[in-house]
Amino acid sequence: MTSRDRILARIRRAAAGGPEVDIPRDYLRVHGARTPAQTADLLAANLAEYRARVHRADEGGLVPLLARLLAARGSRQVLVPAGLPVRWTADVDATLVPDRQTSTIRELDGVDSVVTGCALAVAETGTIVLDAGPGQGRRRITLIPDHHVCVVRVPDQVVDSVPQALERLDPTRPLTWISGPSATSDIELDRVEGVHGPRALDVILLTAPGAQ
Amino acid sequence: MTGTHLGMPAFPEAAREAVRDGVLRANLRHATHTIRDKRARAVAELADWDRLRAAGKAVKDHTLRHLDRYLLQLEAAVTAAGGTVHWAADADEANRIVTGLVLATGEREVVKVKSMATQEIGLNEALEAAGIAAYETDLAELIVQLGHDRPSHILVPAIHRNRAEIRDIFRTEMGRWGRPAPEALGDDPRELAEAARLHLREKFLRAKVAVSGANFMVAETGTMVVLESEGNGRMCLTLPETLISVVGVEKVVPTFRDLEIFLQTLPRSSTAERMNPYTTMWTGLGPSRGADGDGPTAFHLVLLDNGRTDTLADEVGRQALRCIRCSACLNVCPVYERAGGHAYGSVYPGPIGAILSPQLRGTSSEIDASLPYASTLCGACYEVCPVAIDIPEVLLHLRERVAQGGPVTRDGIRVTLRPAHGHTAERAAMRAARLLLDHPGALRAGMRLLARARRLRPRRLPGPGRAWTDTRELPAVPAESFRDWWTRERGNPQ
Ligand code: SF4
Repeated sequence: MTSRDRILARIRRAAAGGPEVDIPRDYLRVHGARTPAQTADLLAANLAEYRARVHRADEGGLVPLLARLLAARGSRQVLVPAGLPVRWTADVDATLVPDRQTSTIRELDGVDSVVTGCALAVAETGTIVLDAGPGQGRRRITLIPDHHVCVVRVPDQVVDSVPQALERLDPTRPLTWISGPSATSDIELDRVEGVHGPRALDVILLTAPGAQ
Repeated sequence: MTGTHLGMPAFPEAAREAVRDGVLRANLRHATHTIRDKRARAVAELADWDRLRAAGKAVKDHTLRHLDRYLLQLEAAVTAAGGTVHWAADADEANRIVTGLVLATGEREVVKVKSMATQEIGLNEALEAAGIAAYETDLAELIVQLGHDRPSHILVPAIHRNRAEIRDIFRTEMGRWGRPAPEALGDDPRELAEAARLHLREKFLRAKVAVSGANFMVAETGTMVVLESEGNGRMCLTLPETLISVVGVEKVVPTFRDLEIFLQTLPRSSTAERMNPYTTMWTGLGPSRGADGDGPTAFHLVLLDNGRTDTLADEVGRQALRCIRCSACLNVCPVYERAGGHAYGSVYPGPIGAILSPQLRGTSSEIDASLPYASTLCGACYEVCPVAIDIPEVLLHLRERVAQGGPVTRDGIRVTLRPAHGHTAERAAMRAARLLLDHPGALRAGMRLLARARRLRPRRLPGPGRAWTDTRELPAVPAESFRDWWTRERGNPQ
């Protein structure tokens, strides 16, 4: 008898005849009623509470903002995934490094910043979710560089709650949920940003014209 | 759980040692109170907390009732997505499987994401015996590993260490394992974290094999979920070529949608955050089968029993399998606060450890027989538990088993446990009591909490109290706490 069969047989013996359980789904889909603008404000507030730096821009303002953020950081090498709109980085005064499958980890480690879009953002928890779709690249490019700039389209990429987020995500894609920069509280519970992931997270809420 | 507890003193002795250690107690008290207060605020933010808690409990109970079906569904989904599933009946088998998988890669080093399951089976020791070095990458686990120490808390395993101790450990130990700590390393948490970052980055960038656990596995899709804060998890789950995840069979949930419950309740119960900084979800090798360099090119899932199906066979005790390892119950426990995590003699400390370890391992050793007595039965652990495990109820049940014997399932076989000799059970209880009586603060905390509403109403006291209650009526509410019983039996302890 294989261990698989043995374990399954034990489970059947142990659980047989147990009570059937219905799962109550009367918990809330969203906590509160908000306009799209209020949802964006909540996202901004929750991101900021976990020490992400939040900025707002429209299409026109995005280009100079990105250039300014990267310059302020002194970034000389900026990683850009395939599918990131080319015009976003038009004014960036640094070498743009396209993410290539052949890029080694050491090469990625030599990059200063990375700019990506996202799949969606969750206002109630201050979370951005990446699913490796266009403009997001592979998991590793938002992990190894020390500075991540993430652009969230408002309102269409923003949901209020975790239940709404899961509804919109495809579980077969590689999903990375990010809430603030990397952090640890392991030493006397003092929160320290940046252990292994990026130590700085800039989130740009990109408003569609006339949205706000 | 093979061997990990051998030679350890039973709870009462270990606890008496711990309460004498002033530094340890100060560290613990600060930590548990800080997390406890923050948690209450994070939970209060959700108006539907009680409903989320009820739903989480129901999802787990439903899954346990049909665990065979969901595990088979999970296996099919993971396999279809390019992963390989292994089944391990016990710790030895799991260790054998993982060791074999690592050796087959030709590597002699693995990086590890913090995982209770691999601690439970003693995987690091098994790998070491096979000539494989396992590096813990969670900062707290690193502190524990470098300090030749054992974890003392589920969430913050090095909670018993203060910054000066950590600096000393880094200074003396880091160099033996890789990049040494900077010469003038101070004890500022920022500096210490930076030293860990540099030390570990060297390992991440060259690691070819990673070992992890998982917080959840989704049967429907084969998706694995790991929650963490530091990014070491993301590093291990993304960069190596081979990923091996060792996960208890009880961690499966039926649908992707079910995560909407636990992704709300786990972070708030655990770190008191709305959401933990990083969550990674992956399904087998993903749509590209790892071919585009977005994750490992080989994924192995080791499904671990190791006493879980025996626990499932116990109608009262099986609720311990609902546990999502948030650690909220540790932080409110007056006994844990005084005694510290090491006293429990297992990788699962605190109230959950007191009911889980004796079930996973059986109650034949003295420590496991004494664990059900390591409580004031104040009920605070039940109140905070996000999956509503009635820990006091299970404690009473296990006390009864220790004292009275009865039917249990060991290794899948139904056996009848003989009652512990009267004096053995009594001794376990008396020692636990002495610990508490020496430190009335723990008792007072228990008393305060006891006043809150509880649903536990045993008809009579199990264990050593039983002979007494056999001839007397117990007051209905609140249930007799150990302290009440003691007070009545021996007079006022203060
Ligand atoms: S028993 Fe409940 S409170 Fe304790 S760790 Fe498990 S889920 Fe959390």
